[in-house]
Amino acid sequence: MTLRIAKQTGEWLNRDKKIHFEFEGQALTAFKGDTITSALWAAGLTVLGRSFKYHRARGILSLANHDVNILVTDGIDTNMRADVVEVTEGMKLSAVNTSGSVKKDKNSYIDSISPLLPVGFYYKAFHTPRRLFPFWENIIRKAAGLGIVNFNYPRILKRKQHTHCDVLVIGAGPSGLTAAYLAAQAGLTVTIVDENKQAGGSLGYDRAGDAASVAQLQDLLNKVTSQDNITLLTASYAAGYYPDHLIPIVSAQGISKVRARAVIVASGAFEQPPVFRYNDLPAVMLGSAAQRLIYRYGVKPFNHGLVLTANDYGYRVALDLLQAGTKVVAVVDMRKAGDAAYTAKLIEHGVKIYTGHCVYEALASSDKSSVKGAVICAYDDKNNLALTSNKFTLACDGIAMSAGWTGASALLYQAGTGMQFNYQIEQFIPSRLPDGMFAAGKVNGVFNLEQRLQDGVRAANAAIGYLGLKAVQTEAITHTGSSPSHPYPMVPHEKGKNFVDFDEDIQIKDFVNAAKEGFDNIELMKRFTTVGMGPSQGKHSNMNAIRILAKIRNLPVEKIGTTTSRPFFHPTPIGHLAGRGFHAHRLTSLHDWHHTHGAVFTDIGAWKRAAYYPAPGQAKQDAIQAEAMAVRHSAGIIDSSSFGKIELHGPDAAEFLERFFTGVYKTQKVGACRYLMLLDESGVVVDDGIASRLAEDLFYLSIGTSNAAAVYREMQRYQQMWQLNLGLVNVTGAFGAIGIAGPAARIILATLTDLDLSDEAFPISCVREAKVAGVAARVIRLSFVSDKTYELHVPMSQVPHVWHALMTVGEKHGLRPFGSDTQRLLRLEMGHAMPGVDTDGLTNPFEIAADWAIKMNKAYFIGQRSLAILAKRPLRKQLVPFVLAQNFAGEMPMDCNLVIEGQDIIGRVTSISYSQFIGRCIGFAYVTPDKTALGSTFSIRTDNGSLVTATVVATPFLNNQKDA
Amino acid sequence: MPLRLLKYALSKEHPAPRFFKAHETPKKSYDVVIIGGGGHGLAAAYYLAKDHGITNVAVLEKGYIGGGNTGRNTTIVRSNYLTPEGVNFYDASVKIYEGLSEELDLNLFYSTRGHFTLAHTESAIRTMRWRAEVNKHVGVESRVVGPDEIAKACPQLDLSCSGQAPILGALFHAPGSVARHDGVAWGYARGADRLGAEIFQNTEVLSIDVKNGKVCGVKTNKGYIETKQVLSAVAGFTPRITEMVGLETPIVIHPLQACVTEPMKPWLDSILVSGSLHVYVSQSSRGELVMGSSLDPYEVHSTRSTLDFVEGLTSHMLDMFPFLSNVKVVRQWAGMADMTPDFAPIMGKTPIEGFYLDAGWGTWGFKATPISGKTMAQTIANDSAPDLIHSFRLSRFEDYELTGEKGAASVGH
Repeated sequence: MTLRIAKQTGEWLNRDKKIHFEFEGQALTAFKGDTITSALWAAGLTVLGRSFKYHRARGILSLANHDVNILVTDGIDTNMRADVVEVTEGMKLSAVNTSGSVKKDKNSYIDSISPLLPVGFYYKAFHTPRRLFPFWENIIRKAAGLGIVNFNYPRILKRKQHTHCDVLVIGAGPSGLTAAYLAAQAGLTVTIVDENKQAGGSLGYDRAGDAASVAQLQDLLNKVTSQDNITLLTASYAAGYYPDHLIPIVSAQGISKVRARAVIVASGAFEQPPVFRYNDLPAVMLGSAAQRLIYRYGVKPFNHGLVLTANDYGYRVALDLLQAGTKVVAVVDMRKAGDAAYTAKLIEHGVKIYTGHCVYEALASSDKSSVKGAVICAYDDKNNLALTSNKFTLACDGIAMSAGWTGASALLYQAGTGMQFNYQIEQFIPSRLPDGMFAAGKVNGVFNLEQRLQDGVRAANAAIGYLGLKAVQTEAITHTGSSPSHPYPMVPHEKGKNFVDFDEDIQIKDFVNAAKEGFDNIELMKRFTTVGMGPSQGKHSNMNAIRILAKIRNLPVEKIGTTTSRPFFHPTPIGHLAGRGFHAHRLTSLHDWHHTHGAVFTDIGAWKRAAYYPAPGQAKQDAIQAEAMAVRHSAGIIDSSSFGKIELHGPDAAEFLERFFTGVYKTQKVGACRYLMLLDESGVVVDDGIASRLAEDLFYLSIGTSNAAAVYREMQRYQQMWQLNLGLVNVTGAFGAIGIAGPAARIILATLTDLDLSDEAFPISCVREAKVAGVAARVIRLSFVSDKTYELHVPMSQVPHVWHALMTVGEKHGLRPFGSDTQRLLRLEMGHAMPGVDTDGLTNPFEIAADWAIKMNKAYFIGQRSLAILAKRPLRKQLVPFVLAQNFAGEMPMDCNLVIEGQDIIGRVTSISYSQFIGRCIGFAYVTPDKTALGSTFSIRTDNGSLVTATVVATPFLNNQKDA
Repeated sequence: MPLRLLKYALSKEHPAPRFFKAHETPKKSYDVVIIGGGGHGLAAAYYLAKDHGITNVAVLEKGYIGGGNTGRNTTIVRSNYLTPEGVNFYDASVKIYEGLSEELDLNLFYSTRGHFTLAHTESAIRTMRWRAEVNKHVGVESRVVGPDEIAKACPQLDLSCSGQAPILGALFHAPGSVARHDGVAWGYARGADRLGAEIFQNTEVLSIDVKNGKVCGVKTNKGYIETKQVLSAVAGFTPRITEMVGLETPIVIHPLQACVTEPMKPWLDSILVSGSLHVYVSQSSRGELVMGSSLDPYEVHSTRSTLDFVEGLTSHMLDMFPFLSNVKVVRQWAGMADMTPDFAPIMGKTPIEGFYLDAGWGTWGFKATPISGKTMAQTIANDSAPDLIHSFRLSRFEDYELTGEKGAASVGH
């Protein structure tokens, strides 16, 4: 039984193109341009979805994405909004959250036990006895949720773009189009966005049986499209408002982040369902939904329809139904009287009009798949009472309802607009707009078409003036005529099932009962009843909820207020929001070389560093030990390009260092290196590094990889405060660094440079500038991993050249690469503690015996004041070097295993490793001060709970060599 | 169906009474005034009455109860902290939580799901071992697990995180749970109300009267209240209250944001946290994914939402769960986190006699609701803080005796 009618002027279908698809196993056809819902309704299907909680049969409510009655899956995607998703060839669709089929959902029994599930029922039961809760929880969890996520759904990233415009108009209805055109005429660049596939808003479908508005719309659209400076975006929605007019526009293709100089919100209004018993039956739909069905999709909503109304809009809907060939059984108007002209027109068509009446309840057809009639009775508008003494039944196969609206004000709220409840039109409208925000049309409380056009002109002029152009400022427009919304379109019924929130199956009594339990302000009521918390976020339910609460509390609506509006206007896909993931991995210029030489990489800060280079099949520990042995016996080479490198240029460079770090730098000679230790204000060790003085007014700092960005940021922050005469340059990426270490390091390096490398000419902790392999290099001599370590800092692009030169020369000396894991072992053998590894977020320098690095007699350095206080306090813990027994063969302790005494934690291991060169397990641990004397022993508890004895020794560990 | 729901089906009138009375105007004086009708304040009122018989108590809430961070957090409860003091404290909270639905006779949906803190780097594994060892030592079930065990609990997780940040292991914390946050506030409110405490909503404290270093009253928008004991339990608004009494704290306020998806059939049974990717996620009993991320990096006293937060978070969600591309985010929101330098709370007495502070709850307040209520009640009743919260005293900042919990913050704020 098809409800498809003849082609309608302005319809969105391409009737030349047939679409074949399936719904719940049934083969169906549609036209190109149909949404899933319009196609199903055209085919005469009515039960299209099931409700979230009670699994009640549902059909069309808004046909506009203001409800989620109809969510379907195509087997790939889920929770698809059938009202607005276009049907495509070959789709195999079924409703979500059903068991069996949507028509015969096995879970619909829940509806019959709904008295057992009062508002907030899940707070009231299932928790006693405690041991049974997991059983109940499992049942509830299974019942929860809507669609089933497809774990094979592809990772889809949508494009993101940034755009700018002078004026962003949200909503391409009559007021928005008018405003856009006028703003463009003034020479402004305009973007106008509408979530519908075609522009026009209600001008396209609210026709009162007359096609005149189609021409009017076409005229308006022609004007808009004739303007080159208007970008019209359809099938795109403004997803939220963020400060400074940042508005993400979401379409199927991706997100445009629009930054507008001014915003005109002309987003229209959501039609609100009147509330009566069984107002959720399939074939009970909003008047605007019926109109959309007719004019967008050429589908007749019903054969014998009844119109329930509480405003003049319902009369227009009745005329549209007549035009579509629906026999209008009656118009039931909850008000005392309707518009005279419309009334006359309808009577002319033989439509019976019952004013002062309401639908007391809708009657379900025998299989509950549709409506078979409505019980009508007189309605006491003043006292909100259904006078049931003279009720009667009218047969019909559908009900269109029009009782009022609520502004689509989400973005206005998010922007901080002051909203006031206007009792003349029973709607919250803007009373105080933020700078650069304007509102027009229904969202602004203006409903008559002519007035909406005027309001668009007024808003555009206001925006034009705001942007500094000449404009005619006009007075605010006030709605004339009867109220578009009924103050309380709700019909009490002792048996309930009169739904307010269709997402969450919330009835009037749920609000009453929630208030009885004390949840009688709008925020608490929302949380307890979950009204507005479903996927449609209260678009069709929040206003009625506010009205009900106002009535319960006997307060005016504005005293109840609204809940906070938050993004998103429509739920927005993760793949859209995420856009392209950004992972900042930094690679050194030798990365490919490391890769081809079998390096295992590790993430340090943003950098990928070669950790070690195992031979095929070689275990990690074996590789590390072999690399370390090479450094001890011949030579090793490491790519240290990831080190943070910062230059300080200027006469105050030394002064800055003295304030920022704990040491003394003013006396540092050019060509010398000094240790850097950075504390925070509370005296906690943050990081360390080396300062090389290249000139009186130039220091070159190298600091650890992981903290470099943070240290540089902190230096900038302090420089902002101190305003010293210097420049800070982060040259981390500009310079690479190669470390060459071991007994043969000097002889290898000597073949590539003229620099005098003798201990006398170039002792430890010195820096020289020289050419190495023909490349200008800063050569720093250090003792971090061995006594003979040279660090060559060269431009990043030259690193491979120097590296290859060294490798070629070094081959005969046994030179081999080593990685950052090996470096950690080597520095441990040397007895160097590492910030971040051997310190934690509370470690002060005294606890790591770094007193030597602190020059307290300076005027100031970061953390100095705290250290002065800490110096007077007894230490609570201290880092000590330790060894395990020779030939230790038990379970190896690990970093961060605890030091235990009796029942107490007295410390922890910060670094531990076996050293093949030394022939023992060596490490650092925090212990209480009574355990720090040389030769003291303490117990480390391993992962599996065994206790291992460790002995405090002196550093460097190299002196604890087995044979030494 | 449980029998206790039958009465709702059988009675004509809704048989449930008010959760708490609707008091409008406060009395002239109370023994104790609690500022803040969130979980903490209401729990303190409840335990003052229940444990100490102190019932002449007013709870003043400037908005509606549970409307601050109690209603904005992502409801995770855990005790896998780093310091023994922290672990003991949060473990005591977990223990109360486990029996709280029964005690308050309100189903808080306290659901023990297991909590994985994913490690993507060797250094993260180190910290996790530290936490696991400390946890084990004080009897809390935490251990470092490998990728296999993570995959078993959550087979949908891409262990390579789209190749960007391969998961090396995790700290698994068996008692990790989620609960209905609103319910916790409502349950304590009802409990406190039944025992005699009075709850005032829409009641804002305008100033606090201190004479000779002692609290003597509070001025509110509903009149003056005499009292000798005031508890401040206002999380993100703490600086406003401490300003009133001239008390300095090192608290700074950062926004913390979260978001939630549409409901889908439950598939994520565990609670997952990734420090490197700055994500924490669980699936609620309604089927929504509840997701949070790091603090906003700057100090702002605001609960505004930002787009870059949700962009960053969802990008990392896709690294973990690539199939979520077309799952939709319904709503985002924010709270104000009162951060301390050591990521531990500030609890107990202050230099002002009769002024007690329950603050510095940053991103870890919800999980501590029961135990903070209990210990603050104890502190007020005895005018002396119990040992359990000694490490959280305000004076620790002067004494350089911080309680370093930074390493245990869920996503490395």
